Amino acid sequence: MPLKTGGFSMSTETAEEVTLKPKDFATDQDVRWCPGCGDYSILKQVQSIMPSLGKDKEDIVFISGIGCSSRFPYYMDTYGMHSIHGRATAIASGLKISRPELSVWIITGDGDSLSIGGNHLIHMMRRNFDVNVLLFNNEIYGLTKGQYSPTSPEGKITKSTPIGSIDHPFNPLKLCMGADSTFIARTMDRDPKHQREILLRGSQHVGTSMIEIYQNCNVFNDGAFEVYTNKQTKEDETLYLEQGKPLIFGKEKDQGIKLDGSNPTVVSLSDVSEDELWVHDEHDKFKAQLLTTFFDNPADENHLPRPFGVFYSEDRFRYEEAAQAQTEEATEKKGKGDLEVLLRGKNVWKVGD
Amino acid sequence: MVKEVEEKREVTIVFAGDSGDGIQLTGTQFTNTNALFGNDISTFPNYPAEIRAPQGTVAGVSGFQLKFGSVEVATPGDSCDVLVAMNAAAFKVNFPRLKKHGTVILNTDGFNARNLKLAGYEESPIEDHSLDDYRTIQIDVTKMTRTALVDSGMGKKEIDRSRNMFVLGFLYYMYNRDLRGTEEFIKQKFAGKKDLIDANIRVLKAGYHFGDTSETFTSRYNVKAAQLKAGEYRSIMGNQATALGLIAASQKSGLDLFYGSYPITPASDILHELAKHKNFGVKTFQAEDEIAAICSIIGASFGGKLGVTASSGPGIALKGEAMGLGMILELPMVVINVQRGGPSTGLPTKTEQADLLQAVYGRNGEAPMPVIAAKSPSDCFQAAYEACQIAIEHMTPVILLSDGYIANGSEPWNFPHPKDLKKIKPKMASGDATYLPYKRDENLVRDWAIPGQKGKEHRIGGLEKEDETGNVSYDPENHEKMVKIRAEKINKIADSLPAAAIDHGKEKGDVLVIGWGSTFGVIKTAVNQCCDEGISVGHVHLRHIHPMPHNLAELIKNFKHVIIPEMNSGQLSKLIREKFLVNAEGINKIQGVPFSTQEIVDAIKNRRL
Repeated sequence: MPLKTGGFSMSTETAEEVTLKPKDFATDQDVRWCPGCGDYSILKQVQSIMPSLGKDKEDIVFISGIGCSSRFPYYMDTYGMHSIHGRATAIASGLKISRPELSVWIITGDGDSLSIGGNHLIHMMRRNFDVNVLLFNNEIYGLTKGQYSPTSPEGKITKSTPIGSIDHPFNPLKLCMGADSTFIARTMDRDPKHQREILLRGSQHVGTSMIEIYQNCNVFNDGAFEVYTNKQTKEDETLYLEQGKPLIFGKEKDQGIKLDGSNPTVVSLSDVSEDELWVHDEHDKFKAQLLTTFFDNPADENHLPRPFGVFYSEDRFRYEEAAQAQTEEATEKKGKGDLEVLLRGKNVWKVGD
Repeated sequence: MVKEVEEKREVTIVFAGDSGDGIQLTGTQFTNTNALFGNDISTFPNYPAEIRAPQGTVAGVSGFQLKFGSVEVATPGDSCDVLVAMNAAAFKVNFPRLKKHGTVILNTDGFNARNLKLAGYEESPIEDHSLDDYRTIQIDVTKMTRTALVDSGMGKKEIDRSRNMFVLGFLYYMYNRDLRGTEEFIKQKFAGKKDLIDANIRVLKAGYHFGDTSETFTSRYNVKAAQLKAGEYRSIMGNQATALGLIAASQKSGLDLFYGSYPITPASDILHELAKHKNFGVKTFQAEDEIAAICSIIGASFGGKLGVTASSGPGIALKGEAMGLGMILELPMVVINVQRGGPSTGLPTKTEQADLLQAVYGRNGEAPMPVIAAKSPSDCFQAAYEACQIAIEHMTPVILLSDGYIANGSEPWNFPHPKDLKKIKPKMASGDATYLPYKRDENLVRDWAIPGQKGKEHRIGGLEKEDETGNVSYDPENHEKMVKIRAEKINKIADSLPAAAIDHGKEKGDVLVIGWGSTFGVIKTAVNQCCDEGISVGHVHLRHIHPMPHNLAELIKNFKHVIIPEMNSGQLSKLIREKFLVNAEGINKIQGVPFSTQEIVDAIKNRRL
């Protein structure tokens, strides 16, 4: 069985790519999420985009931490590891440095990546390993049966906060901007088409692709994102980002976002022409930062809609490539290491004959 | 003036000064020169945790002790023959180590009123008769150095930085040693800075010539080359030897080395050393924390590399959960603990052996891991090599214990030739049969399939797994079976270990001294000394603490008493008592400093009675 441990070039064995189907990525394990869980939809979409990676199954690795979402690798017929709480990112970092040619996917949740594993997440993003992170955000601890999470809103009543949470929540994508992530996107379980599109975009990005997926926990936090999915409200509450297009939303596509200095304001297209609207540019860091602050409580008056899509993307060097380059440079400069020379050192003396 | 040359079998010197005085460098240079000359040698650097503790105070004293001899040298010495003190505080801290009638070399400039006050002296020890029974050599090193560089155009501060070279030159004269090694070192260290090269060499020579021309002492000393086992030698420090052992194991196993770690005293030098050798395919990763460090090596091992991490006690505590994951995944990796004084932050720059029970038991659930210990600076090479071999061939994380004493100590090393190192055979999965990740061979070792191997895609994790398939299983009987299999797998490693043997002294008799780790040299010296006095004592030193060699019970039965010296409150004692139901008696020292030979000798004599 030949081992593929070589460089960065894409696999030349294209024959199999064509033959792989989404179902080839399903395992024989029973999927054990609660009926109605948003995770099912994500599993389906991930399996559906796998053939398009252009990778053989044996060159793909899924790594997860702990939480409901972290069962994911057991359901993917690739290499996989279900690790410990919060550490999937750190494990993936080591794997990626040592095997840069692999396609590495990290499956994590809001507790796993933003609470216990927060440190590894931010450091992974600044190093920009070429990995894909799927952050299943359900704003609750599901596996431990319903405590508030670092993304739960203030005042949230849960088992551990019977009179309401007094924790100010993280805005995950703003955190990612702060950690210099090179690809930042948001999608949701109940919009499979959009999800698929974003997953594809993420998989194509070379660098850390950070995808936040709003995922409904129908047992412990049902309806947390209802306002963005419900037919009555979703078009007024969501803002779908498209590269080069003005920011327009609303049932009648009659509302837009205008940048007033550095203040985003909602305007009616009956008052303002489309030309004056904010045009989405995912390469504009300043605007992407502003977009991540569109995080208002939908109950507030004059709130901004919640954006979905690719907020930001940037091409920046990857840690694992730089590490590999240093190895090559050192080898070129000093020659391939000779163990005998290394063990002898520079100052040797002889005893006896 | 011509001076008499007096022969010495062995000499112990302590260099001491402010932590900014270049004491460690001076000690290392003196060590290297004597090693190259052919002396057997053992060193013990002793420095404060603060990088620059207040100048001139007792807290800021940095020391470097070394013993060199024409005879076998296994410890850096209980007490010193010569004390070099750059200031009053350095003198105060180290004077108790000086043998009666020993020699003290003082930098008089470091004993001015200010320095005396900082050191807490009311009266100068030079003048209050405390040195009446000692040979005192007083040199105004500062003045001499400034004089030597008067026309160098350098500033006072810069000039004073080379004072250590004056002392070094002086000692080279005193012990009849060549300056060339240090001159070469200076040229390399200051490459491209001709002014600094010239200045340092000039001061080095000024110190040497001062010894020659001054009348401060009348005799020089000669310590002949030691009669070590024939062969080629180099000088090596423990952490450096550990790094070389890892690289050697990587080369001999054909697995690239991936080293993930987070800086911590006294383990960081392993990272520094490995980072220099990227041309061996070594990848070093300075992780964001201790947990990330070990998790990164789990990822690398999953990817088919030799994953290694190192830390010290507090960091090892943080790695505990991930070690358990590595254990249940059954992936090869090595976790090195360069122990220091604990608990908590404890004594970062001092040595201790207090993490043994942590190594053997310190994980949640029943998570057995092999534990092996290095016994001397050069032995770190072999210990690291063996740790990797066990990890790779038995598919398990292995804990390697070193400590601050051997990590920073150095000694001559009869280095091996790569062809003489044992082969290391990774257990890679092969063939077309369906791959079951937890199917085992006769040693209960599973096959290793790594990403890139077609048809062997599989998922592993920290949840309890079904025998053979590795599927998640909550079955009660399966769990008990798996816990037992994992324990038995580690126990079976003992089948392939060499039998334990008496290292020194008698094969049977009154007292058996069992040791582990860095106490090797001092126990050896003490046991040999006792044997010379006709005492019936033997020494066995454990490399493998878990599992232990099968025949240890037989060795123990051949003695009336068992004593176990450890730099802790009795951790190996506990393990030996539990395993063999013998009345093992602990000899325990918990002071952050190694045992003296005399302490072990006394313990042996007391027990015999």
